[in-house]
Amino acid sequence: MSTYAQKKGFGATVWDYLTTVDHKKIAILYLIAGGLFFVVGGLEAMFIRIQLAVPDNDFISAGLYNEILTMHGTTMIFLAAMPLVFAFMNAVLPLQIGARDVAFPFVNALGFWLFFFGGVFLNLSWFLGGAPDAGWTSYASLSLHSEGHNVDFYVLGLQISGIGTLIGGINFLATIINMRAPGMTYMRMPLFTWSSFVVSALILFAFPPLTVGLVLMMFDRMFGSNFFDATAGGNTIIWEHLFWIFGHPEVYILILPAFGIFSEIFATFSRKRLFGYSSMVFATVLIGFLGFMVWAHHMFTVGMGPIANAIFAVATMAIAVPTGIKIFNWMFTMWGGSIKFTTPMLYATAFIPSFVAGGVTGIMLAAAPADYQYHDSYFVVAHFHYVIVGGVVFGLLAGTHFYWPKMFGTMLNEKLGKISFWLFLIGFHLTFFIQHFLGLMGMPRRIFTYLPGQGFETGNLISTVGAFFMAVAVLILLINIIMTSIKNERVGNDPWEDGRTLEWAIPSPPPFYNFKQLPLVRGLDAYWVEKMEGKNGMTPAEPLGDIHMPNSSILPLVMSFGLFVAAFGAMYHVDDKSWAIPVLVIGLLITFGAMFIRSVKDDHGFHIHKEDLLDDDDKGAKA
Amino acid sequence: MHAEEKFTDATWPASPETATLEGKNKFLGFWLFLGGETVLFASLFATYLALKDKVPDSSHKLAKDIFELPLTFVATMLLLTSSLTSVYAMYHMKNNHFQKMQAWLLITVLLGAAFLGLEVYEFNHYVHEFKHTFTSSAFGSAFYTLVGFHGAHVAVGLAWILTLMLRNAKRGLNLYNAPKFYVASLYWHFIDVVWVFIFTVVYLMGMVG
Repeated sequence: MSTYAQKKGFGATVWDYLTTVDHKKIAILYLIAGGLFFVVGGLEAMFIRIQLAVPDNDFISAGLYNEILTMHGTTMIFLAAMPLVFAFMNAVLPLQIGARDVAFPFVNALGFWLFFFGGVFLNLSWFLGGAPDAGWTSYASLSLHSEGHNVDFYVLGLQISGIGTLIGGINFLATIINMRAPGMTYMRMPLFTWSSFVVSALILFAFPPLTVGLVLMMFDRMFGSNFFDATAGGNTIIWEHLFWIFGHPEVYILILPAFGIFSEIFATFSRKRLFGYSSMVFATVLIGFLGFMVWAHHMFTVGMGPIANAIFAVATMAIAVPTGIKIFNWMFTMWGGSIKFTTPMLYATAFIPSFVAGGVTGIMLAAAPADYQYHDSYFVVAHFHYVIVGGVVFGLLAGTHFYWPKMFGTMLNEKLGKISFWLFLIGFHLTFFIQHFLGLMGMPRRIFTYLPGQGFETGNLISTVGAFFMAVAVLILLINIIMTSIKNERVGNDPWEDGRTLEWAIPSPPPFYNFKQLPLVRGLDAYWVEKMEGKNGMTPAEPLGDIHMPNSSILPLVMSFGLFVAAFGAMYHVDDKSWAIPVLVIGLLITFGAMFIRSVKDDHGFHIHKEDLLDDDDKGAKA
Repeated sequence: MHAEEKFTDATWPASPETATLEGKNKFLGFWLFLGGETVLFASLFATYLALKDKVPDSSHKLAKDIFELPLTFVATMLLLTSSLTSVYAMYHMKNNHFQKMQAWLLITVLLGAAFLGLEVYEFNHYVHEFKHTFTSSAFGSAFYTLVGFHGAHVAVGLAWILTLMLRNAKRGLNLYNAPKFYVASLYWHFIDVVWVFIFTVVYLMGMVG
């Protein structure tokens, strides 16, 4: 079964990816799809900035501006940042705990295809009458009054991709709890694994409220119910609560994996053990816990009253404590280390001041009385871009450079990487720093244009120039990726030479069964421990034997496609189209039929035989 | 231990649902899934409580006018009993008594179907007797969504258990299908627990509140 070394035709490769249940290939799928949506969301951002570059601009109309603004936020959060986070979790997490795959490889593939079809459905709105235009938060008071199908695309698209995320979270939880290699205790898990663990728990408890909110919205818009309609006794605030009970944990779902990636990078390139490992774990868990207690700080101006506002304000400020612990631990990790400023390390270092700036404005916003002034202004826009771009996007870019050799077996060019880093860093601060002041001067968020003579001209122009810097940086990264893929210079197990954790102890990219023999973990930074004792690789924890692997399957794609079809039926049912209900039924039949087949058809997987594993050794693909 | 291996009573493990790694993963993964389901129903309960008796005008009936305890009491007893019978089924599963397990599962399914029949009757009654519909008021929307979500879960559970029973009718128990039976019964218990809350929050509190 040493198939991974064989050359395959193009069609066979495509079929392989459509049916794969291998976490490493699913990671690549997430990376490509997430990267694609990142570019789409980035283009939407450029349209926004071009429109706002000068006062009284008519580059795009007000209605189109609403659509672009909504799709920028929705795409970046749900279709770019989430899947890119999932890409690294898939690529690295099973390797870091010494597992051969995730707990549910089939469900893993299903999660990807659900996300993918949800994302495609959402973006098809551009070609089918107009995109969602009620903001990424889609408050019911706005979205129920949006004509046409625009918001329907949001409701149904996010519903489909949200289910994919939820089952992904369950999968990673079960993987980490059940599939760790011998000796990999919880307190020896690398920080990226730890943060993924906490994040998966957040996903498990945060996504169901979104699911419910979207179901209620779907019922109100498409099936005549009255949840958010005050004239029939409904209450529009219910949407805001459900959305933010999901939405606030969501920002931690995005930032914690970035924290995890940075923790790995700081330790690796400072060539030092991560400072305060156990306090880092504690802080991660605490952030995850507190993340659920603060959703209403998005709703200070709704009128919940001073007591509720005060409680949520204090809880929000409390999150600064564990976050501060992390910031200091990262700095102490660098302190006295023998630092190498590679591209990932540059991103990590630049992340600290950028993210702290976003954190400080977060504390300012958490002060409820002051928030009445900041609310709905560009100050808020500046704040969340500082934490999400300065935290999450920096983390994803750092992770892209750091894990690229492990995922693809070749290194991204360091010189181009550093050029794009500097352009991105400068562009980022140029774009968003000035927006704090625009907000304080009174520029409201989500406006499509402004009049001259209000003092907004210079600030907006600077901001737009910065956005172009970031666009060029991303362009250079793409060129880097293409050049690297063409050159394709193969690298060994540990291309950064300072790898500390298990993933660097096996080939790049790893064979499809990951570990020929499960490794014995003897401490934190398991691979580093072995290196320090002068060994080349891990000590095996088991004799060489047959390996059980899951079968590939097209069913995950079919199930997701069924929901994609059903969504069209549900949406056009509102227009009294005669074909709408049949389409809805056919779509659901495809999904449930595929689930039925999955249920009744046994899938025992297959075994790789010991002899074949020995053959792999002879060919030089040494584990 | 191989998943398809044939077992005797003597070699059948004490906890067949967690005897293989796949079984362990299913067991844990399903518990986690139920954690998410709990939050899902919690959100629906919160929505229901916020919208209880919220109607556009006084011509609409309220909770205390429409609910009848005898009917829902019978439904509650049916579902609670079905939870007990599914426990018996799992007891026989652990003892490798396939036919007895099937028999108890069949009783579980029949009780569940009877519950579902009562619910259909109940909804039909409310719609025709009180004009209390999904679209008539926010209260109606919230009521039918919460109770209907539960009803849909019951229907899915019935289809699931029946599929398992039919699929494995000829081949009996092994370590491949034992975890499947186990998580299906876990799901059934969860549905039952949710109903206990619906009975309390919707019906009992509806009568007194």
